[in-house]
Amino acid sequence: MNDGERTAAGPAGGAPPDTHRSLPHGPRADVARAAGHRDPPPRMGFFTDTSVCIGCKACEVACKEWNGVPEHGLELTGMSYDNTQGLGANSWRHVAFVEQRKPLGGQEPGVAHAGPDVFKAARALGTSPGAGTPAPETAPAGAPAGEIPPVAPGGRTELRWLMSSDVCKHCTQAACLDVCPTGALFRTEFGTVVLQEDVCNGCGYCVPACPYGVVGRREGDGRAWKCTLCYDRLGAGLEPACAKACPTDSIQFGPLEELRERAAARVAQLHAAGVRDARLYGESPEDGVGGDGAFFLLLDEPEVYGLPPDPVVTTRDLPAMWKQAALAAVSLAALGVAGFVRRPR
Amino acid sequence: MSESDVTRGGLEGARPGREAVTGAHAGRRRRRRRDRRGEQPVVPEAHFSSYYGRPVLKAPPWRALDIAGYLFLGGLAGASSLLAAGGQVTGRPGLARVAKLGAAGAITVSLGALVHDLGRPARFVNMLRVVKPTSPMNIGSWLLAGYAPLTVAAAAADVTGRLRVMGAGATAVAAVLGPAVTTYTAVLLSDTAVPSWHEGYRELPFVFAGSGAAAAAGLALACAPPAQTEPARRMAVLGAVTELGAFRLMKRRMGLVAEPFEQGRPHRLLRGAELLTTAGAALAACADAVGRAGVGRRLGRVPAAVAGAALLTGSAALRFGVFHAGVASAQDPAYTVVPQRERLRARSG
Repeated sequence: MNDGERTAAGPAGGAPPDTHRSLPHGPRADVARAAGHRDPPPRMGFFTDTSVCIGCKACEVACKEWNGVPEHGLELTGMSYDNTQGLGANSWRHVAFVEQRKPLGGQEPGVAHAGPDVFKAARALGTSPGAGTPAPETAPAGAPAGEIPPVAPGGRTELRWLMSSDVCKHCTQAACLDVCPTGALFRTEFGTVVLQEDVCNGCGYCVPACPYGVVGRREGDGRAWKCTLCYDRLGAGLEPACAKACPTDSIQFGPLEELRERAAARVAQLHAAGVRDARLYGESPEDGVGGDGAFFLLLDEPEVYGLPPDPVVTTRDLPAMWKQAALAAVSLAALGVAGFVRRPR
Repeated sequence: MSESDVTRGGLEGARPGREAVTGAHAGRRRRRRRDRRGEQPVVPEAHFSSYYGRPVLKAPPWRALDIAGYLFLGGLAGASSLLAAGGQVTGRPGLARVAKLGAAGAITVSLGALVHDLGRPARFVNMLRVVKPTSPMNIGSWLLAGYAPLTVAAAAADVTGRLRVMGAGATAVAAVLGPAVTTYTAVLLSDTAVPSWHEGYRELPFVFAGSGAAAAAGLALACAPPAQTEPARRMAVLGAVTELGAFRLMKRRMGLVAEPFEQGRPHRLLRGAELLTTAGAALAACADAVGRAGVGRRLGRVPAAVAGAALLTGSAALRFGVFHAGVASAQDPAYTVVPQRERLRARSG
């Protein structure tokens, strides 16, 4: 793990331009190169398209199998089909299930098929412009088949069941990596963030630092654990276990640039099909964490899925924090001196 | 599972689940606010969505006794080093000895607490594997690695009476590092995603500086000869004013995420801290005035000891209150989602 060593030790031993290389905020072109990797491969990541997630949890199982993640307890939560509850030390993929009284855009909600001919509409889907290949500018404003109403005749709406496989975001500006005091967390040549369990001393600082609440400390083990984006598989030219196992390609793995293009096309396609709720999350390099290495296509606001709507890497304010602490330390010293200054008699 | 029974008369009781409303647990949720004793809410009632009301963030996995205890003891030690150096320079050996022993004792215990809180205590040296300014915990470890031996050396030299020059040097350097030891812990808390810690990053170092000063003054008042504690009495007043003033300012600036400081256990702890610190500082100020009038000696040590105990307890209560408030703010998705939504709304105009 020489690379990790180099990454972590960077601020100490680096030349002046390198001193703050893990600090600056804003988009960064090549995150692996910035971390000290010479000639890195393209940045790899996940694009999780939740619009085709079927909630099978194959990703959760594959992840546990491949990475030897222990079970996290069997508890029936009553939160739809979600008994995993969230990401943590023992769940590196988590499928969220959200039940809503809301139709999907363009979906046929009625039970009685008296109104529109669904089969005709379905046939039209394949041939209508914008359904097969994405072409946002030619997309109609409403549903592609036009006559399908979003609400059933009686004003009754249907159940919408959202599923989304959550994972570590592998942030461009990763708070966990910044605050790790041992250098156990490091940036790989693929631009991902990986935790070395043989270095981690279990201080738990990465746990509250993560703006997504991803990292957890494992009980009984004492160390922090999180998704490695299957660093071992990547090195061997394989895709991560979850992406491999995903039966609907909801989890797509690849070079981040390519995934972003694919995601933009998919959003346009969904908008064209009348799914106006579709939006990308964590895709923009302009956001508070400099863009996520694992980003999502969501069908509702991020917080509905348990994701923060506007996450910001906490170390963005760290220079200001150090300044305030220095000022306070000087004030304290002055206060101490003031105590000893002899009063004028 | 079922409340219904099939009897000869037919079905009796309700069939559960029939009227279950889809999405009853998901989607929009109205926030319930606890009774706040007639206080006006800082921001209007917040509506927000969450995933089954579960927190977005993970609360720090730290034990309160270890970490809040360390925040208190570290502050006590750092500010005590100032009193130690001052006492030594101005010829107050009694004050200096108490402060030196206090600093060495407090920092030793707090180091023990820090190592105890690691998930892998045997690997505590890994903290010193790298130097990393982006990690306040790493910088703090280096700071403590330099500071703790100095305080111990200063105290040892003072007690044994040997190596006085070395002891004086250690006392001086410890006094330089001491304020940093006291205030860096605020950065340690603020440099997380925990809303009530992060949003207070401007004022929290001053709160901790004032609280540390009050604690160190309290220890000196309680244990040092009254004739030598005039600087400690002044430090108590100045520290208390700094702490309480900075805390008020911090809460006013934080908006919604100041709420965890005003509710439940953190509120009780912080209210207690406020009362104890105020009372202790006031008592110290009175003792100061009486002392200057030349009748101090007749009063004996009881008022000073009471003032000292109040200041120490107040400082500890403050750290525990801040700690628990942060944990509470991480456990409620409202403090994560609502401010971020407002930020997005403000940005989009």
